[in-house]
Amino acid sequence: MQRISIDPITRLEGHGKIDIFLDEQGNVADAYLQIPELRGFERFCVGRPAEDMPNLTNRICGVCPEAHHMASTKALDALFHVDPPPTAKKLRELFYSIFYATDHTTHFYALAGPDFVMGPDAPKAERNILGVIKKVGMDIAGKVLKMRHDGHHLIKMMGGRPVHPNWGLPGGVSRGITEEQREEIERLGLDAVEFAKFSLQLFTDIVLGNPDYVSMVTSDEFTHNTYNMGTVDENNCVNFYDGHIRVVGPDGQEHARYLPGEYQDYVEERVEPWSYLKFPYLKKVGWKGFTDGVDSGVYKATPLSRLNAADGMATPLAQAEYERMYDTLGGKPVQHTLATHWARLVELQYAAEHWVELARDPDITGDNFRVLPTETPTEGVGCVEAPRGTLTHHYTTDERGILTKVNLIVGTTNNNAAINMSVKKAAKGLIKSGKVISDGLLNQVEMAFRAYDPCMACATHTLPGQLPMEVRLRNPEGEVLTTYKQNLT
Amino acid sequence: MTEKAKLALYWAASCGGCEIAVLGIDDKILKVDEAFEIVFWPCVMDGKVRDVENLADGEIDVCLFNGGIRTSEQEYMAKLLRKKSKVLVAFGSCAHEGCIPGLANLSNRKEIFQISYHDTPSTVNPEGIEPQTETETPNGTLHLPFFYDTLKTLDQTVPVDYYVPGCPPEADRIWDAISAILEQNLPAPGSVIGAKSTVCDTCPRTRSEKKIKKFYRTWEIIPDPDICLLEQGIICAGVATRAGCGALCPSVNSPCIGCYGPTDGVEDFGARLLSALASVIDSDDPEEIQRIIEDGMPDPAGTLYRFGLAGGLLRRNILQTNGQKKSQAMGSTVSEV
Repeated sequence: MQRISIDPITRLEGHGKIDIFLDEQGNVADAYLQIPELRGFERFCVGRPAEDMPNLTNRICGVCPEAHHMASTKALDALFHVDPPPTAKKLRELFYSIFYATDHTTHFYALAGPDFVMGPDAPKAERNILGVIKKVGMDIAGKVLKMRHDGHHLIKMMGGRPVHPNWGLPGGVSRGITEEQREEIERLGLDAVEFAKFSLQLFTDIVLGNPDYVSMVTSDEFTHNTYNMGTVDENNCVNFYDGHIRVVGPDGQEHARYLPGEYQDYVEERVEPWSYLKFPYLKKVGWKGFTDGVDSGVYKATPLSRLNAADGMATPLAQAEYERMYDTLGGKPVQHTLATHWARLVELQYAAEHWVELARDPDITGDNFRVLPTETPTEGVGCVEAPRGTLTHHYTTDERGILTKVNLIVGTTNNNAAINMSVKKAAKGLIKSGKVISDGLLNQVEMAFRAYDPCMACATHTLPGQLPMEVRLRNPEGEVLTTYKQNLT
Repeated sequence: MTEKAKLALYWAASCGGCEIAVLGIDDKILKVDEAFEIVFWPCVMDGKVRDVENLADGEIDVCLFNGGIRTSEQEYMAKLLRKKSKVLVAFGSCAHEGCIPGLANLSNRKEIFQISYHDTPSTVNPEGIEPQTETETPNGTLHLPFFYDTLKTLDQTVPVDYYVPGCPPEADRIWDAISAILEQNLPAPGSVIGAKSTVCDTCPRTRSEKKIKKFYRTWEIIPDPDICLLEQGIICAGVATRAGCGALCPSVNSPCIGCYGPTDGVEDFGARLLSALASVIDSDDPEEIQRIIEDGMPDPAGTLYRFGLAGGLLRRNILQTNGQKKSQAMGSTVSEV
């Protein structure tokens, strides 16, 4: 038995490791993506005051702390049985839209972009954000940097800090915005709308204009017929901040539509001895192993999943792009992993448009951004769509609001089984007996999980879209036969 | 032309926020690139451990290390980078004092596994599976690092030369620290590279005499936006916390939560904050004082040691080994189960 260890895949948030086992013929027998890390938030948050949770759970992820801050704050609303006033809800959603636009920008341009702009087989030294800048020019790079800078500036202005905001409270937020701040938010939001349009045009020109890319995106190696999960509003349009969680099957039919508080009826998690990260699956379908199809409870929760799980987008430009994507790719659901990048840009368009809508809302500068809870806290669930999947925070407290139970199902965790399957399928399709293992080939295996924007990777957002890795081919005795390095200085 | 100094950046048990904060220095990152040869930064470039192993001892001039030490793999990396670096900097709250993940020291490995892999309501695990350091599969063995009982700070693992505080450090303070390194303008070894004053000293809120009869939980009160939060009965840690952030949290009407840690000369952040809080209580009656503290601060460990438990005097709760209670002196080394 030969073995390929991709270890460490170091440009991840935390550490990831891929082991690919080859059979005697040199074909892929099996593959595993292991997560070698755990910090134990579900245990050590017990005993803490519930109101600390938005600040404690920020520290789960320094790249998307806004997602944890919001899910936690919403869980506190439910826990304390308090309904925030309209201004508070709109401020939170505005903040969250700004975060989304910023986060999706960084993923697309820094991580995914290089694969498409430079090409999966481009020289590895060029297949990174610096290569992208050189190819597309400083004019475009400047737009990307401005989008990121504006986003972080507004997140700090509203939430207090650019990383780890300190703003959410049960019943609202700690501070509202002034008219002067609103004007700046609106102005930068209009820039973001134009930036999103520009990004979709860029994708159209570079990816859709290249038949090789289109056939790669739609190839079987990068396709999984799983269930798809996402949050929808009352019209079944995509929503990041609030609504029902909807799951559609591989056949496109609605499997479930539920409120955050009902999540336990729909999602269960499985433990495997070889990873510290659990594997969620759909309870009513059941765990049937790492396999896809209508009988397997494996699901995806990604930008593409959200579009698949919804009937459309709530803003006009995003809706037009939504329709164009499905028209091009042959209707719903689209199950091509690499189409996730396109879906991410459709979401970027929606986030920017919604940002402007909310900045123009007459309630947004209101003084009534907070109400005090009056009821005894008991139990509460809060969900948002993190950029990388549906995020669930579930708290139970005593009557003083001291936590007695905490359960967290984090964005990327939803996709743990699907990512493992994608890596295995891509490896099986690409690594064949007798075939030379090239840099471009390995990069395509990487592309299988990079599309998920795994949160293990989200800290790498502004950086070269290339995982340094070392592949070791071993014989059955474990001796290294060949060592292949990429992106190593 | 002189050779560029070699710089390394590494993360251990952390959230990635320190990395994002470093990138927040914007175009100054180009100056860093001009001045240093970055030899190891897993999130940016070459992440091979073997390349570090192949360096001569002391070959890295400066290593900025963020994250605490939670697993055997992180411990190995801390020891390796210490050996290879002339100057090792504990960068950010996790490496400096344990940060939020250090609150796990109120628990242990067994309890954390029990909750995460058995008791959480969505987990279904009838076979009682837990992650193992070695798992046999039909094709070969899979390995995971060992998860320790105790989260340790960097200087509880290896000797540390400097500290950069904050969760995460603000971009301007990061640039200050890098400038100090570039200009060879560093304080005495063992120092925190940061401000001498407190968050209180930099907070724009108006202050008068603090006398309070009640501490409020943050959800119980809508504070005046201009008056000192502690005077309004909100537990604001700014009085005990090192300056450097620019009082950002009070600027959005939220109390300081202490992420920059203690000021110079303070060994235990929690003790310092507790004494500051005690001094504003307007009572001489022990029973009343007790009630004021219990009502307003129901979780003293989590409130006073939110960021500093692992690195403070307490370090962790008492570990029980094989059902036998093991007494533990303050500050002593805790052995692993």
